[in-house]
Amino acid sequence: MRVRGRAEALTAWVFISASLLGFAVFYAIPAIRNIAISFTQWNMLSPAKPVGLKNYALLLGDGVFWHAFKITFFYVLYNIPLQTVVALFLAVMMDRFAGSIVIRGVLILPYLLPPVVVGLIWLWMLNPILGIVDAFLKAVGLPAQPFLGSTAQALPTIAGMNIWEYMGFTGILFYAGLQTIPTSLYEAAQLDGAGEWKMFWRVTLPLLRPVTAFVVITSVIGSFQVFDTIAVTTTGGPVNSTRVLVWYIYEQAFQQFKMGYGAAMATFLFVLLGIVALVQFRLFRTGSSELA
Amino acid sequence: MKISRVWVATLAVGVLAVLVLFAGCSKQAASSQPVTIRYSLWDANQVPQYQAVADKFHAIHPNITIKIEQTGWSNYWTNLQTGFVSGSAPDVFTDHLFYYPVFESNNQLVDIEPLVKRDKVPTDIYFGGLAELWTHNGKRFGLPKDWDTEAIFYNQDMTKKAGISDAEMNDLTWNPDNGGTFQQVIAKLTLDANGNNGLSANLDKSKVAQYGFIADYPGGSNAQGQTTWGCFAVSTGWWYNNAPVWGTKFNFDATNFAKTIQWYADLNLKKGYSPSYADLSNGPDSLFVSGKGAMEEQGDWQLKWIAEHAKFPVGIALLPTGPVGRRTMFNGLADSIWVGSKQQAADWEWVKYLASKESEALVGTFGDVYPAVLAGAQASVAAQKEKLKVDPQPFLTEANTKGDTFPFPITDHSTQINAIMQTALQAVFTDHKTASEVLGPANTQVNQQFQ
Repeated sequence: MRVRGRAEALTAWVFISASLLGFAVFYAIPAIRNIAISFTQWNMLSPAKPVGLKNYALLLGDGVFWHAFKITFFYVLYNIPLQTVVALFLAVMMDRFAGSIVIRGVLILPYLLPPVVVGLIWLWMLNPILGIVDAFLKAVGLPAQPFLGSTAQALPTIAGMNIWEYMGFTGILFYAGLQTIPTSLYEAAQLDGAGEWKMFWRVTLPLLRPVTAFVVITSVIGSFQVFDTIAVTTTGGPVNSTRVLVWYIYEQAFQQFKMGYGAAMATFLFVLLGIVALVQFRLFRTGSSELA
Repeated sequence: MKISRVWVATLAVGVLAVLVLFAGCSKQAASSQPVTIRYSLWDANQVPQYQAVADKFHAIHPNITIKIEQTGWSNYWTNLQTGFVSGSAPDVFTDHLFYYPVFESNNQLVDIEPLVKRDKVPTDIYFGGLAELWTHNGKRFGLPKDWDTEAIFYNQDMTKKAGISDAEMNDLTWNPDNGGTFQQVIAKLTLDANGNNGLSANLDKSKVAQYGFIADYPGGSNAQGQTTWGCFAVSTGWWYNNAPVWGTKFNFDATNFAKTIQWYADLNLKKGYSPSYADLSNGPDSLFVSGKGAMEEQGDWQLKWIAEHAKFPVGIALLPTGPVGRRTMFNGLADSIWVGSKQQAADWEWVKYLASKESEALVGTFGDVYPAVLAGAQASVAAQKEKLKVDPQPFLTEANTKGDTFPFPITDHSTQINAIMQTALQAVFTDHKTASEVLGPANTQVNQQFQ
């Protein structure tokens, strides 16, 4: 028995060794190196100069950084709640009315597009003079909107673009989750006289909790790291209204050649996301499930 | 038994994978002859002409092969820097006045002045002022390759309809107070859905069907304003800083400058003659060729694209004359050699050839850019007249008029200064602050970079 267990464990290690190697080389080692760089001043073209905690002190006093933090927080607020609700709605619709593979395929199409392509296509569609969105608005009598060129609308517009891109994929995750709920529970509820809405709140949602937890945790973490869409559309503007954390880090590290400072900000973001994820794990009670 | 077979197979695959991974990393043996030079540039349109030059070079130096690498502008500089750091930068690369100061201060460029002196390379065969831009403190980091400047592109169907002749378009005046005859023409060419033009009091700014001028607000949110406010500001007698090049104390807080910026912004914000910042999210050229506006200011490097995509005859006019005269920004590219290159002798031969009369004349025949050698520029203008059916003579006139050109404002800390001015000018162009409010603090921040 013990020998068999050991052989199985060994096999397991061999199988994950390739993934582990990739994780170590492309994630773990660079992350540790990043923390090391954050204690230096380095412009890439000259040797790094150790400066202790200077970058972190700079970070605390940097108004643009805290503004970026605020902007990113608002972005997550615009993006995740609406995306999750829409995705859930799509999943329930698919489950009740049209769960065909064609529909699921269509819904996942935006997710299959590279974020850069999504950004560029929407950039053209949202142009107030040449784009199709404002042409449509004008056709139904509404005023043309500036979208990405307005300090007030730029960030919500970027959130909207990302909701469009990810709602189908998230919907399919929820759809898969819905399939795990035994229909016997719905039958029992109907026998007890429960209506559609009550069944949704008392049966569907609680039993969907593990999937909801997974979806919300991963999409919040992903949302905090928004970059591609902004890189190909607004590049932080106009007037800092879309200057999110990862874009600001990129600007400081690769355009201003302040690698040490960029690394310090990236480390801060890493710790922040770790805390956010931990809090969510607790809130969603991911250790247990009503289905078990 | 079953487990051990799986074990062996997995191990084998794993070892194979690791081998494949490291095989690609093997160092290439250094070769003395033949030599391959990696030459990089950003403009895909220019690959054919540089391939032609490379072929001619190869005939003269059969042991040297040129490998052209093209990377788009938005990734070009990040790629280059990553190459400097990782030791894999190209041997020779197209360099730019905005970036070469930072490369120079980090010792990434080869000083070719001793080589120029040794081989007696003539530096007076180029348009005046170009060669000096690439020298600093007695060192030289490139030889002039081509130059560019700006002019007014206009829709000849629209100007004809408004009764404005080509001669009139080339003889406009401008000032920051009332915009001069330039603004009059812009007003005449702005039409709303009811047929009123900008000179009428009834212009409906919410229903403009044809803009008189397509200003580039996103493109003008930087510290040079190359295709936007730069030429206008300098024509008031203003200058960016305290030296023709390598200045260290800036003048963005000057009254003339604030007036120019506000005039430029008000073309849209107050007058309705230009599309807004939001409308310009995809650049001015696409609006111009779609017939949304009668005029735009643009550099000659966009001439080919505009001429090929416009479905109307395109006219090119000299920039208007400002209070102290007509001023145009004169930018010049050069090819630099990387200090980490393992074949600098061969690189120098290539750079020397690229900067020669022969090579630049050949490049000129393609009609894409204006080489730094006069014969090359003339060949290019002729090719453009024939192939694109436009008359780019204004570019040549501006470049040739002594005293009218000013250099791209080369400075240290260019990326930081750009970032500061970007936010400041975006605030003005999106109507959040006035120019005079925002430029004083911005200028202070800019000057702090030099302390």
